[in-house]
Amino acid sequence: MDNTKAVKHHHEPLVHIVKRDDMPSWKAWLIRIATIVISIFLMGCLSTMLTEKSLFETFEMMFRGVFGRIESGSTVMLWKYLQEIAILLCLALALTPAFKMKFWNCGAEGQALMGGLAAMMCMINLGQTLSYPVLLAVVIITSILAGAVWGLIPAIFKALFNTNETLFTLMMNYIATQIIAYYVYIVGGGSNIIQPVAEGNLPVIGNNRYLINIIIVAVICIFMYIYLKYSKHGYEISVVGESQNTARYIGINVKKVIIRTMVISGALCGVAGMLLVAGTDHSINTNTVGGQGFTAIMVSWLGQFNPFIMVLMTGVICFLRLGASKVADTCMLNASFADIVVGVVILCVVGCEFFIRYSVKFRHSKKEVKE
Amino acid sequence: MIVQFICRAILLGVPLLYGSTGEIVTEKSGHLNLGIPGIMYVGAISGVIGSFLYENACGNSLDSMNGVLAVLIPLLCAVLGSTLMGLIYSFLTATLRANQNVTGLAITTFGIGLGNFFGGSLIKLTDSEMPSIALTKTSSFFSVKLPFADDLGAFGEIFLSHDFLTYLAIIIALVVAFVLNRTRVGLNLRAVGENPATADAAGINVIKYKYVATCLGSAIAGLGGLQYVMSYANGVWSNNAFGDRGWMAIALVIFALWKPSTAIVGSFIFGALCNANNYVQGLGAETQELFKMLPYVVTIIVLVITSMRKKREHQPPASLGLSYFREER
Repeated sequence: MDNTKAVKHHHEPLVHIVKRDDMPSWKAWLIRIATIVISIFLMGCLSTMLTEKSLFETFEMMFRGVFGRIESGSTVMLWKYLQEIAILLCLALALTPAFKMKFWNCGAEGQALMGGLAAMMCMINLGQTLSYPVLLAVVIITSILAGAVWGLIPAIFKALFNTNETLFTLMMNYIATQIIAYYVYIVGGGSNIIQPVAEGNLPVIGNNRYLINIIIVAVICIFMYIYLKYSKHGYEISVVGESQNTARYIGINVKKVIIRTMVISGALCGVAGMLLVAGTDHSINTNTVGGQGFTAIMVSWLGQFNPFIMVLMTGVICFLRLGASKVADTCMLNASFADIVVGVVILCVVGCEFFIRYSVKFRHSKKEVKE
Repeated sequence: MIVQFICRAILLGVPLLYGSTGEIVTEKSGHLNLGIPGIMYVGAISGVIGSFLYENACGNSLDSMNGVLAVLIPLLCAVLGSTLMGLIYSFLTATLRANQNVTGLAITTFGIGLGNFFGGSLIKLTDSEMPSIALTKTSSFFSVKLPFADDLGAFGEIFLSHDFLTYLAIIIALVVAFVLNRTRVGLNLRAVGENPATADAAGINVIKYKYVATCLGSAIAGLGGLQYVMSYANGVWSNNAFGDRGWMAIALVIFALWKPSTAIVGSFIFGALCNANNYVQGLGAETQELFKMLPYVVTIIVLVITSMRKKREHQPPASLGLSYFREER
């Protein structure tokens, strides 16, 4: 590469891109946060154009959508917000070890659905026979196992034959969806609805049905931080992710690490499914996870594989989603407005990484371009 | 019965064929565009908006519509809309070197959002009671068939009774196959996807190839969305009706082993698999749901078998999913 550069020296291009790795982390974060703020502001402008409300009113509406009260009933929206964060965060946390290993697990949706399905089956079939503590244990264990198995299948093929995991896990999502559709059809008797089941639900703490989910996910978050940062497994994962050859050279069993990590990833997705079914809905349908498995992929990547940054990222995304749907609801826009807002903000944040990793230099000048 | 089944399979397969031909072109340049589902939505809704405006401009009467314009306007709108999405994707991944999986998924979220948003807004504009927009007049121009097809019995029905977008899909796939395997441009494109550094050293403009391939691929995929609305759904757009066909198109790329000519047959097999549940005798409604997973199961089997056999010509482009930075080794 150096040779071609030397030859081309006499007609140097106008701009060229240089990789940099010396940007202090506070500056990198400043760029990211600025991007998020600017893109949210732009989205606010877009919605003012569509709704003919002032910018201030739009943001006030978004805040009311997240922190206000639901008109009917006493549930404060804030709890709903925290619940959304908890589920999305749980899925993103589940994906993180796999991503850190450069295993593109796009199957969080399916793994969570299978976990939810296992929980549902236990609740329906064993609900009458087992006592509550035993039933709860069975629900939790089976859903973790179901998620783990769904993650294990692509991992085995990846480890043995290097099968493309992105596409494999993607396909597994749709198989899981159809299994759920089949199950719902059988149990629901053709009505496509399973009535909420009262047995085997997670306990309700202090009259708030979302609190238990939030606590569980908070524990998982701290566990994941320690696991990735301080445990031997976490070290092995990052070495395999950086270079499989290095990993083999220092005596890491790459196949074992791939399979073990995917089992953990799938198991945590299963937990997310269990939280949705046993903790929230007490029922299941093909839309229970509702595409959050895909959003979680973006969250995990944007969070730089750091669980605590992921908390912030899920906070931003859930805020946008709830806030934008409130705006759409109040101003009679289509509900898909929220998808557009989230999509644009994520695209902006993904794009801004460029300015953190590279700098643009103009011909004959050593000055860096301002970001 | 069997003739009807084959025709139905072809009709269902064509959007997948467009999507996967587009994705093959993109992947040959080393970009795994997971935004294809969103791009197909955008292609569909752009075409719908175009034909909606044209129908309104003509006062909603069939007589004052020009057949050529009625076809060309949605076609151009679909190509334009999806190319724009491809441009966003390639700017982010080729120029800004963003992660391709994340960018693609964000494009999908964004594209499906756009499609449903504009679709929903148009539905509200028309004040119809059904949650859909019916562009049956435009659709009637799209579904013009060869006049003598009916006279030739089963042969005519299977091979000649389709609308022109079906034949266009096959022609595009064949042209792409030809260009990829028999021309210098195709050779260069494959080189870019296999090893961009080598291609760069050989004097190929890597970024240009990546841009053109991604945008062209998106445009082709966008036509699939249009075909779905105009031919399969008879010009009726309703939100989320397109479903997960975009993902199935990506699955078809693997099934076809990155060969557009195989994708033609593959798309019809997929169409048949999607539809098999309606034709197998004595299935309960619940077993039908299980049947719908067939295309995905078949894709996984193909994926596993190809990775086990490790035949060199059956592998994905070597640098698929990796961004290229000249000064990095």
